[in-house]
Amino acid sequence: MNSNAPNGQVLLDVKHLQKYFPIRKGFFKRVVGHVRAVDDVSFDIKAGETLGLVGESGCGKTTTARCILRALKPTGGQVLFRTEADRLVDMATLPGEELRPLRREMQMIFQDPFASLNPRMNLLDIVGEPLLVNGLKDRRRRTERVAEVLGLVGLRPEYMRRFPHAFSGGQRQRIVIARALALNPRLIVADEPVSALDVSVQAQVLNLMLELQQRLHLTYLFVAHDLSVVKHIADRVAVMYVGKIAEIAPTPDLFGTPKHPYTAALLSAVPVADPRVRSTQPPLSGDVPSPANPPNGCYFHPRCPHVIDRCRTEAPVLTEISPGHYVSCHRAHELELPGIGELPAADLGD
Amino acid sequence: MNNTSPLLSVRNLKTYFNLDEGTVKAVDGVSFDVLPGQVLGIVGESGCGKSVTIKSLLRIVEKPGEIVGGEMLFRSGSAAGPGPNGQAGEDMIDLARLDARGKQMRSIRGGEIALIPQEPMAAFSPVHTVGNQLIEAILLHQPVGKQEARRIAIDRLREVGVPAPEERIDAYSWELSGGLRQRVMIAMALSCHPKLLIADEPTTAIDVTTQAQVLNLLRVLQQQHHTAIIFITHDLGVIAQIADHVVVMYLGRVMETGPVDDIFHHPKHPYTKALLQSIPSVQAQARTQLPTIAGTIPHPFNRPPGCSFNPRCPDAIPGACDQHIPALHPVDDPQPVSCFLYHDMVDEEVAVR
Amino acid sequence: MSTAKTSPALPQVEEAVPVVALPDLGREAEAIYVAPNWKLVWWRFKKHRLALISGVIIIFIATIALVPDFYSTLPPQESDAIRSFVPPQRPRFFGPNGEFMYVYEVTGQRNPTTLMMEWVADEAKIAPIKFFTPGYEYEIFGVIETDIHLVGLDNSAGVQKFHLLGTDRLGRDQWSRLMAGTQVSLSIGLVSVLLSIILGVLLGGISGYFGGWIDMIIQRIIELLQSLPPIPIWMALTAALPRNWSVEQVYFAITIILSLIGWTTLGREVRGRFLSLREEDFVVAARLVGASQARVIFRHMVPTFSSHIIAASTLAIPVMIINETFLSFLGLGMRPPAISWGVLLHEAQNLQSIALAPWLLIPGLAVIITVLTLNILGDGLRDAADPYS
Repeated sequence: MNSNAPNGQVLLDVKHLQKYFPIRKGFFKRVVGHVRAVDDVSFDIKAGETLGLVGESGCGKTTTARCILRALKPTGGQVLFRTEADRLVDMATLPGEELRPLRREMQMIFQDPFASLNPRMNLLDIVGEPLLVNGLKDRRRRTERVAEVLGLVGLRPEYMRRFPHAFSGGQRQRIVIARALALNPRLIVADEPVSALDVSVQAQVLNLMLELQQRLHLTYLFVAHDLSVVKHIADRVAVMYVGKIAEIAPTPDLFGTPKHPYTAALLSAVPVADPRVRSTQPPLSGDVPSPANPPNGCYFHPRCPHVIDRCRTEAPVLTEISPGHYVSCHRAHELELPGIGELPAADLGD
Repeated sequence: MNNTSPLLSVRNLKTYFNLDEGTVKAVDGVSFDVLPGQVLGIVGESGCGKSVTIKSLLRIVEKPGEIVGGEMLFRSGSAAGPGPNGQAGEDMIDLARLDARGKQMRSIRGGEIALIPQEPMAAFSPVHTVGNQLIEAILLHQPVGKQEARRIAIDRLREVGVPAPEERIDAYSWELSGGLRQRVMIAMALSCHPKLLIADEPTTAIDVTTQAQVLNLLRVLQQQHHTAIIFITHDLGVIAQIADHVVVMYLGRVMETGPVDDIFHHPKHPYTKALLQSIPSVQAQARTQLPTIAGTIPHPFNRPPGCSFNPRCPDAIPGACDQHIPALHPVDDPQPVSCFLYHDMVDEEVAVR
Repeated sequence: MSTAKTSPALPQVEEAVPVVALPDLGREAEAIYVAPNWKLVWWRFKKHRLALISGVIIIFIATIALVPDFYSTLPPQESDAIRSFVPPQRPRFFGPNGEFMYVYEVTGQRNPTTLMMEWVADEAKIAPIKFFTPGYEYEIFGVIETDIHLVGLDNSAGVQKFHLLGTDRLGRDQWSRLMAGTQVSLSIGLVSVLLSIILGVLLGGISGYFGGWIDMIIQRIIELLQSLPPIPIWMALTAALPRNWSVEQVYFAITIILSLIGWTTLGREVRGRFLSLREEDFVVAARLVGASQARVIFRHMVPTFSSHIIAASTLAIPVMIINETFLSFLGLGMRPPAISWGVLLHEAQNLQSIALAPWLLIPGLAVIITVLTLNILGDGLRDAADPYS
């Protein structure tokens, strides 16, 4: 059992996170501009809950995830994490030696199950590496723990001697999850963990993640581009657009009553698996702007069907318009945007 | 042209790959029809053979794969080839019998049957402008000069919604965004007014809002040009939105086929039912567990005996499903299914396994 | 932090999570599942018949290089003024007196016009040869003394010498010199490639892993070295070697000179691999669990491209062999009394030799065979190790 914060307490608090990548040109590689991959992102995650982070390509969700784990060093902002010892640490600025012991409290699950496992190591080595690196040198105890963790994700311990090439995509993803669980972390950052899997396997892995969350009291930051997947796993959802957060709300609210025009457009663009429900709304026009050269004012204004003059010059701020529901839009109070209603589970398919 | 007689009729197509380790029966007895102007969606997970099926249609299967059986009857305008009965005057050509590199197939490929590939970036040459490639396609299939071809190309770009087409025609593919590239790809495919457009997972690699734009565009163009489309995807949502008719494939065979509404609201085959239930949906209640299909997709070398879905099927009939392969039946029914729960016709052609 | 890691007490695992059963395909499939990468490479390699044959040939050539004296018939440095330009004595089989293998003894006559010795095979004089016969003494690896050779004369016939590949102007047995030359040529190729690997992996790795200005400096050095024309550089460097250096000193100097420019190609490839591997998910994962930089480099990154390096090196050896042969042929590399294929060819460099004693060019054949088989072997290794590149 994780000796973590009692449920309800904030485990991760991201404040004004920034990550800019310099653009270099010329022989001497002078910096001519910046790609604002993450541009003032703030949100928090409470212990035991799942926050979904969604957005399209270039929105900065993967960069955000990597900054939180310090796989990348943020350019600015704070990433406050409540450690097991109940201390609040800023991961963004922590020096290297202090960072290493904290690494075992937060782990990552990657998108590509074929690239995230070293093909030269067998399962015992892969899942045992976190343990070995963090001091568990006794081989027998390591093997026991690896067997235990493999059992948690539904793989037989006999498979320890096998190499990744023996497993399919869905099974490999289970191995990736097992590796993440080896050190008993409290926070798991999942970067599109089911995007590369077949449809029927997605369901298995999602179910597994829900099950593990309950059993081990895990907290998830679930990054995805697929809204239907996020709906099945997230308590709250944050929508990102070109490095900024457009909206954060509890899942039923975000899907039912979105307050940001981009969220509404995203929801209406998701193809529903029901031929009787064909969207009558015209799709969102234009392309996603480049984070190296975003528009003035509100980044979404060139494509927004509800744009007014103020949007072109003044960038909106993320404000709370109802309890737990944050939007970054000048017209949030006055817009009535279509959401997606919920159907009782048994209507599709039979 | 009779609108109820099919434009393309695939019967019992078999494409096998002879590897050192054994033979992979990538496509093992697949049959379906495409009517003129219809959108046929082929849906299935990895290993189901949908990609190999369309490569077989276009005769671009790479060695060691080859078409070992079946026929693909296509109503071609260049009908000088053998009809199914060898009769003169018949419009249908068996694509399986044509020389893959011969003149007739090459004129069909790109001219009457066009392909929109999965990765728009990989399909473009980085050293040619998109205009170059578009004009090349036009010159290959239409008897026009270069100036005229350029004019046609600009019209096509405008038609697919590329802004400022007179300038964009001279752009390189890497200067365009993903959505624009896919549009240019569609323009290239449609440039010669094909009768049949094959779209191989055209929206898998792009964002959902761009996907909505592309699907909308395809729908509009399809209605304007009356082009038939074969749309390959693993995304059931996309199928529901764009297809008129659906083919469900699993491990190289057709499990079920029928009109889109029937497939989604009255699915017959246990695989179709299980697949529909296991997909996450924006309309579902939040944070619910999804029903799953037990087990995993078998390795192609490990095909189960009998019906390939039987080890994972909740309704498998022991003694029947694990011994014999069900045929797609009834053939003249709008929604035939390969399942012993509905009939007991065995597929004679693949009965010996 | 404490190293005593106690496992948390988890509730008993009821089969709530369905245990994923992989198909049990029997022992053969299991062997594939637990096979580490080198085994997979070996199985793939075995399918490549030509490469396998080449491998066997190379192993055989390598044994010659290891113990050349075993294969020689006469001391390579021993000259015999009378027996100059003896043509090759072909071994024949099943002689009249029941011998298995024999050669005809040659008798020589001095041609009065050219004053050259002319040699004719005397079919009356039969000299039987046998396997594993005693001959001149030598030391294996400089330690074990023995005098057994692979082939040699059966002393019964009273014939003293025979020459499988003839002799040169000074009457030295060419076959034995070819064997001795194999050792030098092959080992120079091997040693200079080893040096190149060390330099290439070290500098390329540093360049790729750390990036930044270190990378920039090392890359500019590589570009500089690669833009220098190698042949004039080698010629200048080897010509600068003092003439009074011993054979061994010259040997080491040559290997160092060859590898100084040869490492750049490998260095670039290694750098490229490091750069791309740095961002691979499994490397990021290793860093995120807290692995040290050293562990990330040596446990994760290096093994991933080690098979590529082995394949690339195998292809680099023949290049080095040709380089040395070429330099020595010009008289700029190894010099007499050292023996290498290039030195042997150097001594065949005049018209007189070619016209009168064409067998002196046979070392060229040795170079061709070795280079060809090494290339085929390297190609086979590369295909087996990296089927997708």
